Amino acid sequence: MKAAVVIFPGSNCDRDMMDAIAKVTGKLPRAVWHRDTSLGDVDFIALPGGFSYGDYLRCGAIAARSPIMADVIAKAGAGVPVLGVCNGFQILTEAGLLPGALMRNAGLTFICRDVWLKVETRRSPFTGCFERAQPVRMHIAHHDGNYFADEQTRRRLEDEDRIAFRYCDDKGRVTPEANPNGSVANIAGILNETRNILGMMPHPERMIEPELGGTDGRALFESVLSLLQPA
Amino acid sequence: MKARVTIELKPGVLDPQGKAIHHALEVLGFSGVKDARVGKLVTLELDEDDPERARSQVEDMAKKLLANTVIENYRIEIAD
Repeated sequence: MKAAVVIFPGSNCDRDMMDAIAKVTGKLPRAVWHRDTSLGDVDFIALPGGFSYGDYLRCGAIAARSPIMADVIAKAGAGVPVLGVCNGFQILTEAGLLPGALMRNAGLTFICRDVWLKVETRRSPFTGCFERAQPVRMHIAHHDGNYFADEQTRRRLEDEDRIAFRYCDDKGRVTPEANPNGSVANIAGILNETRNILGMMPHPERMIEPELGGTDGRALFESVLSLLQPA
Repeated sequence: MKARVTIELKPGVLDPQGKAIHHALEVLGFSGVKDARVGKLVTLELDEDDPERARSQVEDMAKKLLANTVIENYRIEIAD
């Protein structure tokens, strides 16, 4: 697997992302600076979390117009799996690769804690290895994770089975109480039309080792790996 | 020329900051406020003398970067 992690000024989850990919796939991904114009020959791209450009203008807005994004958009268009986590998700919506927008949390506060997620579809390069029935535990750490999409877009996401993760309780029930940030329909992660781009606010890369709180994030990287390197 | 771009959340898009400001105003005793919304103001100094051309340039900037038209509307004012 030839993975690349894009680093923007203000990214701060890039090391964790590289470490997670290396631990699950056995190969260290390439780090690509936002000013570069090519990702090189890659088969998996990850946009990490952080505060690119200090969240100026809107979260992810400036990063989405970085030089490297032209190649991210081109490779995504060619079918390369692209994962955006947290600020990476914000960048993907700002770049127009995913619908909707991420707004200030409904409760206005920065939220940093574990959440439960329901895996809503296994039909994607990122979710095939998850047990659908079991809720998974991941970490969130964001101020602007309140996913917004108009009614028509939301319905389309549902109809096309493009909601990858929803916030739920520990029993897997999708309830208003389990929604940490006000996201429409408890949406925590979505896929693009061709299902090769996933944006999500929770951090799978932080749940790779038991010593660091859990291993529920491994399945995401294992899914990508099993697709690219079938056993 | 100078341009001012006012960016506001579309009607119907939840504005938690506006809500918090509204609440704080009520706490201060300003009971007559019906609603509060928070927006942004971007001022630009342009190397352009023709107001129509300036407007069309800023329109392009607003669409491509200054506003996220999924959630925001924008308004452009051009001045000398």
